[in-house]
Amino acid sequence: MDIKFSAEDLAFRDEVRDFFTQEYDSSITAKFSSAAGTDYKEGIVAWQKKLHAKGWVAPGWPKEYGGTDWSATQKFIFETERGLAGIPDVVPFGLKMVAPVIYTFGNEEQKARFLPRILESDDWWCQGYSEPGAGSDLAALNTTADYAGDNYIVNGRKIWTTFAQYADWIFCLVRTSKGMRKQQGISFLLIDMNTPGITVKPIVTIDGKHSLNEVLFEDVAVPTENLIGEQDKGWTYAKALLAHERTGMAEVADSTRMLDSLKQRASVEVNGGKAMIDDPIFQMRLSDIEMELMALEYTELRVFASMAAGGMPGPESSLLKIKGTEISQAIHELQLQLASFYGGALPENLNADELGHDFAFEARGKYMYGRAATIYGGSNEVQRNVIAKAVLGL
Amino acid sequence: MNFDFTEEQTMIKDSVSRFVRDEYDFDTRRKIVESDEGISREFWSMFAELGWLSVPFAEEYGGFGGTVDDIAAVMEELGKGIVVEPYASTVVVFGGLLAASDNAALKAEVIPGIIDGRCMGSLASTEAQSRYEMSDVATTATATDGGFNINGEKTVVANGGTADKFIVTARHSGEQFDRAGISLFLIEASAPGVEVKSYKMMDGQSAATVTFKDVMVPAGQLLNTAGEGMDLIDQVMPQILMGLSAEALGIMATLNTATVEYSKVRQQFDTPISSFQVLQHRMVDTFMACEQTKSMLYRGLCQAGEDDSAALLKTVHALKATVARYGKLIGEEAIQIHGGIGMTDELNIGHYVKRLMMINVSFGDGDYHQKKFNQLSYSA
Repeated sequence: MDIKFSAEDLAFRDEVRDFFTQEYDSSITAKFSSAAGTDYKEGIVAWQKKLHAKGWVAPGWPKEYGGTDWSATQKFIFETERGLAGIPDVVPFGLKMVAPVIYTFGNEEQKARFLPRILESDDWWCQGYSEPGAGSDLAALNTTADYAGDNYIVNGRKIWTTFAQYADWIFCLVRTSKGMRKQQGISFLLIDMNTPGITVKPIVTIDGKHSLNEVLFEDVAVPTENLIGEQDKGWTYAKALLAHERTGMAEVADSTRMLDSLKQRASVEVNGGKAMIDDPIFQMRLSDIEMELMALEYTELRVFASMAAGGMPGPESSLLKIKGTEISQAIHELQLQLASFYGGALPENLNADELGHDFAFEARGKYMYGRAATIYGGSNEVQRNVIAKAVLGL
Repeated sequence: MNFDFTEEQTMIKDSVSRFVRDEYDFDTRRKIVESDEGISREFWSMFAELGWLSVPFAEEYGGFGGTVDDIAAVMEELGKGIVVEPYASTVVVFGGLLAASDNAALKAEVIPGIIDGRCMGSLASTEAQSRYEMSDVATTATATDGGFNINGEKTVVANGGTADKFIVTARHSGEQFDRAGISLFLIEASAPGVEVKSYKMMDGQSAATVTFKDVMVPAGQLLNTAGEGMDLIDQVMPQILMGLSAEALGIMATLNTATVEYSKVRQQFDTPISSFQVLQHRMVDTFMACEQTKSMLYRGLCQAGEDDSAALLKTVHALKATVARYGKLIGEEAIQIHGGIGMTDELNIGHYVKRLMMINVSFGDGDYHQKKFNQLSYSA
């Protein structure tokens, strides 16, 4: 039993580290966490273009479409180093969500048309799944696409659409046939956001920021060539994508870095002149999280090792999303607890230096927006249903 | 990277697993527990023949030359059968300390007897006031001509009643709580002045109060340099904690499996209770608890192989704290989901839970180890 990497893998790790150190401009991170957050697109696209120039923007893709041809170990190392360096992940909607559907189920024209622009980060994609009446019960969706010769006519509302305000394209699940089981009659449609009849309405979230949107479709004409695979088979394609989405959600390296920064901060923040990190109760709260994260790191390694050995991830992979999000929320909670009432101050008429606790704005924002982690990507309750059924046979 | 046991480890693991499955059903165990000695000498001889008792010892003493991975493999399987024979106290703790000792003559004398099953042993360290602090030692060792005179009382010594030999912590110099000045002595249970009073514990195992009154011990019975006994204990402690945690892991997995299976057959409101989402989610939580515990154990095993003792120490504290937390969760949920039948002495569930409870309080409970973890992690 060991976690030793080969000399080649260690050399690869050094190469990744060097690249991140030399090429990543940490002012991008500052833009993400800035109060307004409107610089996000510019920053992340610039970074993704750098990754693409290096050939590393799509490690998960097959080589023939622009993937890296890395081993499972190399993918793991890349992801870990990214998290430890505090570099945000690529925007997933194009690179990690729609692209696998396109190269797996799309036709040659669709691959040629969409995949290169996704690699180049020239098209910004968003995800049109959730609806007001279809959240965890995704198949309950009601947005319709009526076949009309060369076009589908789309009507309905999508909601919780992250970064729709930047998007050039949206991939949607739409209902093309009625009167079947609700999982049937759903189709997977790619829609140009510039098509007449589409309206994007911002939704401001409890962190005070705007990343979510409502997207309205009124008689939107979508060419039938934008249908992925067969009509009424979209649920199958979407399900394949969800499994893809779940394997990468433990985010151990990101949580490790956040926890380190929390510990650092706790040695500076004081109460009664004593550093919070010396407070026995605060220490217990810290170690409750740190110990769970130490275990999760090895759970993730176990999943990865079974995948590297060519096997399918075992039952332990199902808990990565649940534990990963619970841990990141716990870190956000403790960070906000550390920020105390200073964390209540809003940045509109105040800068962090004046406040004297420069992490406080971020602590509040991270905590508030972080509540979403156990809701999106299949809520943690739905994840528990999945484990109950698939692993425990209940 | 590799989380599989080696072929050799798998063989020994399978051999323990077969024994538990074929020879150690719950009725057999109950009869053993109710017997006078509370253990089966016959099975102990079988363990010797199968080579299990030789695991941590060097080949020069006739041992298997195993690592902590091997110990964990055996202990996990023993846990699945809540085997009461004193493997942990004799082989892992007593044997582990001997194996780490630098007293070659003593090792050559004692280890072969452990391996062939003739000698059972136990660490006699805990005292009425000591709780989890190994260095809180009031038992005294006074230097005499050519040896030491031992006086004091050790309480709740694991399997003290069947132990032929004890490793005893006794204070040779310094104050009651000092780390320095404690020596480790090998003392025969039959030595003049040693008195053993044995009693049953809630987990089906036994313990004893062992009194030492003017017990004369030659200097050759010291395990290491006089006054430096705590160093040897610290050296072996990660292995002890990982061994016990592996046993706990075997118990936790067994409880989870039994509970899931029971929920599928138990009908209420004309449906199996496994169909209730509230129970499903609770069983998912206990499943995750078991997987996380396993990951923490594997973290320790990997680090033990890397000789990174600082990282290993943090991990074993975290491991024992995790075993405490999740052992309690899994045990309590197993009883709750079994319902009334889970409350009965007749069903095995409560007996698995009681062994988990005793593991929790052996060599430091969850809070004790979390506090140690905090000191290592957060103190400047």
